[in-house]
Amino acid sequence: MAGSGTAHLREGDVILRAEHLVVDFGPAKQRVRAVSDVSLDVAPGETLGLVGESGCGKSTTGRAIAQVHPPDSGSVVFDGADLTRLRGEALRKARTKVQMVFQDPISSLNPRRRVLDAVVEPLAIWGIGSHDERVARARAMLEAVGVDPDHAGSRRPVEFSGGQCQRISIARALMLEPRLLVCDEPVSALDVSVQAQILNLLEDLKAEHGLTMVFIAHDLAVVKNISDRVAVMYLGKLCEIATPETLYREPAHHYSAALLSSIPEPDPAAPALATEPVRGELPSPIDPPSGCRFRTRCARAEDRCASEEPQMRQLAPGHFVACHFPLPRPAASAATTGASPPSGAPSVTV
Amino acid sequence: MIPRRGARLRFPDVSELSGPLLEVDDLVTHFRTDRGTVRAVDGVSLTVGRGRTLGVVGESGSGKTVLSRSIMGLLPPGGTVVRTGSVRLAGHELTTMTPPALREVWGTQVAMVFQDPMTALNPVVRVGRQITEALRIRVGLDKRGAQETALSLLTSVGIPSPERRMRNYPHELSGGMRQRVMIAIALACGPKLLLADEPTTGLDVTVQAQILDLLAEQQRERAMAMVLVSHDLGVVANRTDEIVVMYAGRVVEQAPTATLFARTRMPYTEALLRSIPKLADPSHTRLRVIPGRPPDLAAVPDGCRFAPRCPYAQDRCRQEAPPLRSAGPGHFFACWIPVGSPESADALAANVTAGMPAALAFAGHTSSGSSGSSGVGAGGPLAATGGA
Repeated sequence: MAGSGTAHLREGDVILRAEHLVVDFGPAKQRVRAVSDVSLDVAPGETLGLVGESGCGKSTTGRAIAQVHPPDSGSVVFDGADLTRLRGEALRKARTKVQMVFQDPISSLNPRRRVLDAVVEPLAIWGIGSHDERVARARAMLEAVGVDPDHAGSRRPVEFSGGQCQRISIARALMLEPRLLVCDEPVSALDVSVQAQILNLLEDLKAEHGLTMVFIAHDLAVVKNISDRVAVMYLGKLCEIATPETLYREPAHHYSAALLSSIPEPDPAAPALATEPVRGELPSPIDPPSGCRFRTRCARAEDRCASEEPQMRQLAPGHFVACHFPLPRPAASAATTGASPPSGAPSVTV
Repeated sequence: MIPRRGARLRFPDVSELSGPLLEVDDLVTHFRTDRGTVRAVDGVSLTVGRGRTLGVVGESGSGKTVLSRSIMGLLPPGGTVVRTGSVRLAGHELTTMTPPALREVWGTQVAMVFQDPMTALNPVVRVGRQITEALRIRVGLDKRGAQETALSLLTSVGIPSPERRMRNYPHELSGGMRQRVMIAIALACGPKLLLADEPTTGLDVTVQAQILDLLAEQQRERAMAMVLVSHDLGVVANRTDEIVVMYAGRVVEQAPTATLFARTRMPYTEALLRSIPKLADPSHTRLRVIPGRPPDLAAVPDGCRFAPRCPYAQDRCRQEAPPLRSAGPGHFFACWIPVGSPESADALAANVTAGMPAALAFAGHTSSGSSGSSGVGAGGPLAATGGA
């Protein structure tokens, strides 16, 4: 799966186009390439879901896009400007249009600041409006996310539940009217009933504010619910990109299929998926496998997977996979893509 | 019989046992705090047959973790905990046992797998010694025997190159490996009952599937009973014989697993199921939220504790706590206006008309506190609530 390439990037109307992102951590001898040549694009008003397991680089990708941790190489073209080339004031200014919502809502708010002050702060930093106008806008935004400003404004984050803190974090992220919201696991720390509230809230806010979102999560059902396109990552690489319906109905990458079959469905009557679960452990990112990075755990892997890194290629309109031997499409349409049989003789594709 | 200090317990052989392995009867566990009495577990009764698996489901603050610790007897010492009721394991009352007697029970009769394997394992002791310790003290094996048993345990829980792993410290292992070590420790002395408290929370889905398979396999091989505590209905749906749903310290519904999903009677269970995003649903499916959040366990409401968030709630629900009632073999629920009853349709319609937030959210009128709304007619959702 270790897929590189840019075949999945679209021409024309995209608000964000990140190409060949690379993020390294650690000293030279133990360099971990957390994100290894990942390219993504997002159309205006679209929600791109980024899924994968811990260590796959999905959060690092999100941070690289938002320039929270700038990539070591690669470009992030947002709204016509390459964020990676901007410095100082120009970068700060550009970054107001890209905001993040983090996983742990309680620790992402300053415990010593009052809720209203925390929400007002972005406007104060940029000197937007008079004090009264800022407060009025912060109160309106708190109301929009379902937090009562009269009750909450003068309190501190510790007095609120995780769900309420996440609402406050979202209100703060929206104060500068960003065009892109990067949500990094925004609901994974929340109870299921609260998770549903936040997911619905994000959908509403997206419609109202014309937001574009990158939604990072490990929960595939959550990602399916909120996304227009889903990108699956493994060990710093992209495996597959498709619409949620396509990905979940006919995953082409062996890792996507294994990931989907691992999800426990809250329905004892649901038929068990045929795919076998992933075997073994995640390889060390310090010394990733050659060729396709998933090959060490892939039932379909052959010599070619070790010697040659699969590139992103199109299986069907909007459906891209980085695999030499993608899973056949379930219907008769398999022939159109030239996909190989599930486990029979290897037919060299591409 | 209450064994004296140091006395060996004589537990009956489980295979000769006729009644259930674990019987919890009206268990109450309250904590006295500055804010008042926190009613974490408030009158819970359940039974687990030998070799069976019981799922305990609830959101945070439902009391499910305190319940498992209270069954085990792992509560903080001192005067802040009030525990009443009875916990019988193979006929032995655990609540009145002295600490030395309990130590005889822990590990050999009942063992626990904790949620966070990083904090549950001792970070400065090698993995091997953490497994052999109990084998030497409880089972009385010598050093070599304990080593050999530990090796075979690590192999059986699927740890590659166990000899090397025995000499590792917990931080040198991945989260999934640490949880496997925890399970090996729990299984070391051959318990009859395993309490698994969120054993896969915090693990990736593929690792979660591996760990749940491992637990099921070990359980089959050892004819061991298990209580699987989880917030995730997906985890318990396919891994249990029976499920207990907890809300605010109480059991609100209990049923054989298939029955709970097919013939849900308690509105909280229904609401929980409806609020989970499902893979089968198309993208952007509006989730049916439960407005508000669970009550503060130090100030639980009168009547039904779910009433403030319940779309069907009527005056009676707010005044009088519903008892657990039977709805079929092994199926119990605590509700005055159960899901699927004719009264529930009337109650929901009345609440929608009255503009009650819980009913509106249930019927899909509004959402999350945002001004955006997707209006859905009141007729459709009513029809959707039938089913049972």
